[in-house]
Amino acid sequence: MELTTVWFILIAVLFVGYFVLEGFDFGVGMLVGLMAKDERERRVLINTIGPVWDGNEVWLLVGGGAMFAAFPEWYATLFSGFYLPLFLILIALIVRGVAFEYRGKRADRAWRDRWDWAIIVGSFLPALLWGVAFANIVRGVPLDASHEYVGGFFNLLNPYALLGGLVTLTVFLVHGAVFVALKTVGDIRERAHAFAQRVGAVAAVLAVVFIGWTAASAGEVAVWVIGALAAVTLILGLAASRIGRDGWAFLGTAVAIALVVVMLFSALFPQVLPSTLDAAYGLTVDNASSTPYTLKIMTWVAVVFTPIVLLYQGWSYWVFRKRIGVQHIPQ
Amino acid sequence: MDSALELARWQFGITTVYHFLFVPMTISMAFLVAIMQTMWWRSGDERWLRLTRFFGKLFLINFAMGVVTGIVQEFQFGMNWSSYSRFVGDIFGAPLAIEGLLAFFLESTFLGLWIFGWDRLKPGLHLMTIWLAAIGTALSAYFILAANSFMQNPVGFTMNAERGRAELDDFVAVLTNKVALVTVPHTLFAAFMVGGAFVAAVAVWHLVRRPERDAEAFRTAARLGAVTLLVAGVGVIVSGDIQGKIMTEVQPMKMAAAEALYEDADECAPFSVFTVGTLDGSKPLFSVEVPCLLSQLATGSFDQPVRGVNSLQAEYAETYADTGIEDFTPNIPVTYWSFRLMMGLGFVAMAGGAWILWALRRGRVPAQGSRATRYLLWAAIMLPLLPLFANSFGWIFTEMGRQPWVVFSLMPTEAGVSPSVSSAQVWTSMVGFTLLYGALAVVEVKLLLMFIGKGLPDADPPTTHDDDSDAPLAFAY
Ligand code: HDD
Ligand code: HEM
Ligand code: HEM
Repeated sequence: MELTTVWFILIAVLFVGYFVLEGFDFGVGMLVGLMAKDERERRVLINTIGPVWDGNEVWLLVGGGAMFAAFPEWYATLFSGFYLPLFLILIALIVRGVAFEYRGKRADRAWRDRWDWAIIVGSFLPALLWGVAFANIVRGVPLDASHEYVGGFFNLLNPYALLGGLVTLTVFLVHGAVFVALKTVGDIRERAHAFAQRVGAVAAVLAVVFIGWTAASAGEVAVWVIGALAAVTLILGLAASRIGRDGWAFLGTAVAIALVVVMLFSALFPQVLPSTLDAAYGLTVDNASSTPYTLKIMTWVAVVFTPIVLLYQGWSYWVFRKRIGVQHIPQ
Repeated sequence: MDSALELARWQFGITTVYHFLFVPMTISMAFLVAIMQTMWWRSGDERWLRLTRFFGKLFLINFAMGVVTGIVQEFQFGMNWSSYSRFVGDIFGAPLAIEGLLAFFLESTFLGLWIFGWDRLKPGLHLMTIWLAAIGTALSAYFILAANSFMQNPVGFTMNAERGRAELDDFVAVLTNKVALVTVPHTLFAAFMVGGAFVAAVAVWHLVRRPERDAEAFRTAARLGAVTLLVAGVGVIVSGDIQGKIMTEVQPMKMAAAEALYEDADECAPFSVFTVGTLDGSKPLFSVEVPCLLSQLATGSFDQPVRGVNSLQAEYAETYADTGIEDFTPNIPVTYWSFRLMMGLGFVAMAGGAWILWALRRGRVPAQGSRATRYLLWAAIMLPLLPLFANSFGWIFTEMGRQPWVVFSLMPTEAGVSPSVSSAQVWTSMVGFTLLYGALAVVEVKLLLMFIGKGLPDADPPTTHDDDSDAPLAFAY
C-alpha cells in the first residue's frame, strides 16, 4: 500500500478515536445542563469524565499534528479556510477545559453556575461544529488553483453541512447518555436510560438521512455498506440501552460513531479536500502529502507508540471502571 | 495596524507569550511535586504529603491554563500561517505530531490518573503517575523546541523548487540541531527558576504571615524552592553562555542586535549593561559598559572581533537579494532590552533566592515585625514574577531577533502568512483570544491566591477502596 494511503487511514483512525472518545464527554458536558437536577448530580456527571476528558482531547491534537506532518497542504488549507468555525471551536475548548478544573474550586453558587454554563456551551458548540466541518470536507468547498479557500463563512452553512452538525450533536448526546448509564448508579442512571431513548429516536432519524445523502452523492457501494452498518449499530445500541445492557449499548454507539467517521473518510478518498470550483483544484492524498521519507519516519513512530498509548489509556479506563453515584460525592 | 500580516504577528506573539506563562510553571512544578511526593513515599513523613497536596493543587490550577492555551498554538499555524505551514510542513509537522503522540498523551492520561487515583492506586503506582506526567512535560519541551530550532537554524533539509517547499532529508539532524541541544537545557533550567521561585515565595509568605501554622513544613519548602532556583540559575547561565556562541555562529545578526552593535568591533568588544540612546538605538548617549565582555559572550574569547549590524546588513542584502527584503535588521530597541531584561531579571531572582536561604540559615525563622522581615516578604511576593518575565523576554528576544525571517535564511515572515485570511478575521480572533485570555488570567491569579492563603490541607493518608465501596471519592471535581 502507498504510504500516503496508510497516512490517510491513520488520520481517519485518529479522528475515529477523537469522536468516539470526546464524543461522549461532549455529550456528558451537555447533559450537565439537560439532565442533572441538583449540584450533586452535576458533580456526578462531571466526575464520570473527570479523569479522562483531557486524554480524549489529545486525540484531536495528535490528529491535527498528523495532518500537518503527513498532508501539510490539507492542514494549511483546511484551517485557514475554516477560520471562524475553528476559532469558535477553540474558544469553546478553552472555556470548557478550564471549567472542569475550576468549577469545584470554590463553593459559591454563582461561581459554579457560571462554570456550568461554560461546560454546557463549551461542549455544545464543538459537538455541532465538528459535524458541520466534516460534512463540508466531504462535500467539498470552493478552492482556487493554488488550493486556497475562496468561499466565505456562509458557504460553510449549507443544508448538508448543517444536517451533519445536527447528527454529531444528537449522536454525541445519546453517546453521552449511554456512557452516563454505564458509569453511574441510582436514579441518575435510570434517567440517563430514558434520555437516551428519547434523543436516540431523533438522532437515529437524522443519522439515517445524513448517511443516505452522503452515500447517494458518493455513489460508491462501500460507502453504502459502511453507512448501513453504522445505522444498524446505532439502532442496536439504542435497543441494548432500552433493556438495560449498558456495556453493549455503549459499544453500539461507539461503533456507530466510528463507522460514520469511516464512511466519511471513504467517501472522501482519494481526495482530502475536494474543490467545488474545478475538480482539478482539489487536494488529494498525492498533491497534499509530505515526502515519502517523512511519511516513513512518521509511520515508524506511529507503529511503535500508538499501541503503547492505547495500552495506558485503556488502563486508565480500567482503573476508573467503578460506577459512581451521589453517595460518592464528598460534601 | 490593519494588514492581516501584522495582526497575525501580534496574535501569534500574544498567544504564544501567554501560553509560555504557564509552560515554565507546569514543567517545573510537575517535577517539584513529584519530588515532594517521593519524599513522602520514602519517609512516610506527613509534612511531605501535605506539601504535595498543597502545591499539587496550585500546579493543577496552572496546568489547566497551559493545556487550553496550547490547543490554540497547535492550530494557529494552519489558521494564520498557512503559507508557512505549506513551506515547512514536511519538516516541522513531524516533531509536532510526535510531541502529541509521545508527550501530550503521557501528560494528560497520567495526570488524570494522578488527580483521581489517590484512592484507586497503590501508593507506589500512584507516585509513578506523577513522574510519568512530569517526564511528559519535558518530552513536550524537547520536541517543540526542536521544531522551533529548525526555524532558527534550518538543518537536515533540501529545497524542492518545483513544489516550492523545504523537504526533510535527515530527521536525526533536525532532532540533534545544535541550536536545539542548547535551547532545550536553557529553557528547562529557566523553567525551574520559575517553579523554584514560586515554591520559595509561597513558603516564605506563609512563614512571615502565618508563623504559627506549619512553620516547619514551610521552612523545608522555602529551602527546596530557593535551592532549585539557584541551581537552575547556574544551569541557565552556563547554557545561555554556550547558546550565545552558537547564536553568533548561526545568526550573527541576532547577536549584533542584542548589543545594538552597529559597527564591527575588531577586538575586545564591550558589553553594555545599560544604555540611554536615541530612540532607534543607533547612537548611545550614555552607557555603562563592561570591557571585552561581548567578545567573550559571542565567541568565548575576550579579544575576538564581533560583527556589527551595518556590515551584516550589507552582506545579507547581497546574499538574499532575490527575496525582495531590503531591511535585514531586527527591531533593535526590542532585542537590546529584551536580552538585558532576560538576564537581569534572572540575576535578581537568583539574588532573591540567596537572600531567602540566608534568612533561613541554620534553623532561623524571620523575626516577627522587624523591618528586614517586611522587606523579605516584599521580595518573596515579587520573586516568582522575575524569572517568569525573564522567560517571556528570552522568547521575545529569540523570536524578534530572528526577524525579518520566519525560517532563517529560507522564508521571510511576510511570506508565511495565510493569503486567504482577511484582516477582519484576524481582528476577530485576536480580540477574542486576548479578551478571553485576559479574563482567565484574572480568574487564575485569584484562585491561586485563594489556595495559597488556605495553607496546607489536612493529611488523612489515602486509603484504597474497592469497586463496591460507598465511601466518597478522595479527589472529586
Ligand atoms: C518549552 C516548552 C514548550 C513550548 C515552547 C511550547 N509548549 Fe505547548 N506545552 C508545553 C510546553 C511547551 C507543556 C509543558 O507540555 C504544556 C504546558 C501545560 C501543559 O499542559 O503542557 C503544553 C501544552 C500544550 C498543548 C496542550 C496539551 C494537552 O492537551 O495536554 C498543546 C496543544 C501545545 N502545548 C502546543 C504547543 C505549540 C504548537 C507550541 C509552539 C508554538 C507550544 N506548545 C509551545
Ligand atoms: C516551537 C515553538 C515556537 C514556534 C514554532 C514559533 C514560531 C513563531 C512564528 C511562526 C512566529 C510568527 C512570525 C512573526 O511574527 O515573527 C513567531 C513569532 C513570535 N514568537 Fe514564536 N514560536 C515558538 C515559540 C515561541 C515561544 C514559546 C514564545 C514566547 C513565549 C514565542 C514568542 C514569539 C513572539 C513574541 C513572536 C512575535 C514576533 C513578531 O511579532 O515579530 N515563540 N514565532
Ligand atoms: C547569563 C544569563 C543568560 C544568558 C547568557 C542567556 C543567553 C540566551 C541566549 C543567547 C538566548 C537566545 C538563543 C537564540 O536565539 O539562539 C536566550 C534565549 C532564552 N533565554 Fe536566556 N540567557 C540568560 C539568562 C536567562 C534567564 C535568567 C532566563 C529565564 C529565567 C532565560 C530564559 C530564556 C528563554 C526562555 C529563551 C528563549 C528560548 C531559547 O532560545 O532558549 N535566560 N538566552
